[in-house]
Amino acid sequence: MIVGEQKSLEEIMNLLGDARKVLVVGCGTCVTVCFAGGEKEVGILASALRMKSKLDGHPMEVDEATVQRQCEWEYIDPLRERLQDYDAVLSLACGIGVQAMNERFADRVTLPGLNTTFLGLPEKQGLWEERCQACGDCILGITFGICPIARCSKQLLNGPCGGSQRGVCEVNPDIPCAWQLIWERATQLGQVERLLEIQPPKNWSRSRDGGPRKIVREDLQLETGE
Amino acid sequence: MMADERTNGYKSGSNLEKVLRAGYFAATGELGPPQSADPQEIVHKAHLLKGVVDAVNITDNQTAIVRMSSIASAVLVMSQGLEPTIQMTCRDRNRLAIQSDLLGAYALGARNLLCLTGDHQSFGNHPTAKNVHDLDSIQLIRMVRDMRDEHRFQCGDEIKGVWPRFFIGAAANPFGDPFEFRPYRLVKKVAAGVDFIQTQLIYDIPRFREFMKRVVDTGLHEKVYILAGVGPLKSAGAARYMRDKVPGMIVQEEYVTRMDGAVAGIPKEDKKGRKEAWQREGIQICIEQIQEIREIEGVAGVHIMAIEWEEAVRPIMEGAGLLPRPTFPAEPAPAEAVG
Repeated sequence: MIVGEQKSLEEIMNLLGDARKVLVVGCGTCVTVCFAGGEKEVGILASALRMKSKLDGHPMEVDEATVQRQCEWEYIDPLRERLQDYDAVLSLACGIGVQAMNERFADRVTLPGLNTTFLGLPEKQGLWEERCQACGDCILGITFGICPIARCSKQLLNGPCGGSQRGVCEVNPDIPCAWQLIWERATQLGQVERLLEIQPPKNWSRSRDGGPRKIVREDLQLETGE
Repeated sequence: MMADERTNGYKSGSNLEKVLRAGYFAATGELGPPQSADPQEIVHKAHLLKGVVDAVNITDNQTAIVRMSSIASAVLVMSQGLEPTIQMTCRDRNRLAIQSDLLGAYALGARNLLCLTGDHQSFGNHPTAKNVHDLDSIQLIRMVRDMRDEHRFQCGDEIKGVWPRFFIGAAANPFGDPFEFRPYRLVKKVAAGVDFIQTQLIYDIPRFREFMKRVVDTGLHEKVYILAGVGPLKSAGAARYMRDKVPGMIVQEEYVTRMDGAVAGIPKEDKKGRKEAWQREGIQICIEQIQEIREIEGVAGVHIMAIEWEEAVRPIMEGAGLLPRPTFPAEPAPAEAVG
């Protein structure tokens, strides 16, 4: 899932500037699951904004809304009428939701209340870890199901660098060394010989380096009328 | 291997390659470029190492701190009559930049190249920088090998005219984890086309001996020259720092104890006396390490890392009985040389 983290109240206040009437819009999917931008977080942030603006001597009117998925037109379209009443919209969705709102409602500025952090999973309650970089060319089949593009600090494809010690990365002892994990898995499966094969330079053109990406599926597209 | 008239049958024709090929116990040094645009610092350090080592590594933004470029510094080093080994990391350049810089480095006369992954930028003075890692060090080795032996760029296009012929080096850390993976990593570097290896600083000779045993058992030492990394300890504090703080480094307790013992009886206020005593002991330990390492099967030389203490290299080399260095008769200038 997409994991996000709320921006500081101070940064959000700065982004909102002179706006006096604000709608905070949450998203009911990924950011709800990671406790960053769901209905509950919308409520808490809206209260905080009301209190802070009052303390600052310029009380803000803050309303709340949460849609099922901010990244799909059909879920955000019903907000259109309502937005007319506000100076600013603050989205607690990921960067996709924020852009969807701006794209759909060009006459209202939607500001980001979250930092979209990574594609990952809740490793346990209260801990999320990155697992995928959406590089467009999945290599999990040759790295025993552990991704060095997302999980090695140097995105190495041919084994660990010299900074791997006691199972952790030189960058931070909180980061497990991806190649230690790959090695252990290969050992467990009795397939370490496969790691001897030299992996050629990666085709980064399928990642962000090739420019913004899109997928066209003509088989799924609907005929449009004249 | 295909003979090349430009290099008289050598892969690169560098001094380091000749020393190793002739079977001498090689010695390389290290020179850190300044964090400024001052050429004099390089000239000064080059004089401390000239005639003392066979080639000197010029670091590439070592520990991710901005310094004068390795290639520019190498040109200054060559002007002082010392052979450089350019270091190239995968951290700061993509495959286009690396190849273009290597064409330039070769045109300017550089012949040795060390291919590295690079320290992570979070350690240096620009921790908010974006890193590159388009290639890893093994892919870099293969790319440079293909430029030399197949006359092709990484994309497969032919290099028309003069192609760069580097003597290709890489690093190995016998002390990194997973320990069992390390010989595999070396096998891959050899398969990718590396000619020589310089190891991480060794302060744990038994573990290095174990690593070398695996290397010799698999016959790798016959395919690649292995230079053991050594360096003089500057003080007891430095030994502790390396033991406790430097990633991928193991320091045996014996060295810390010896460095502590070196200043026994010298009062704390006598800073100069303690410093000199530590330096003497650091150099002495390094000499003994070289003598011990030289006896290990499969070791082709030493790489002495005395960054910011280049003065120590001559007494180490003298003490280890490695001076004077071998010299080779001058050869006619290669056809493409400028001037």
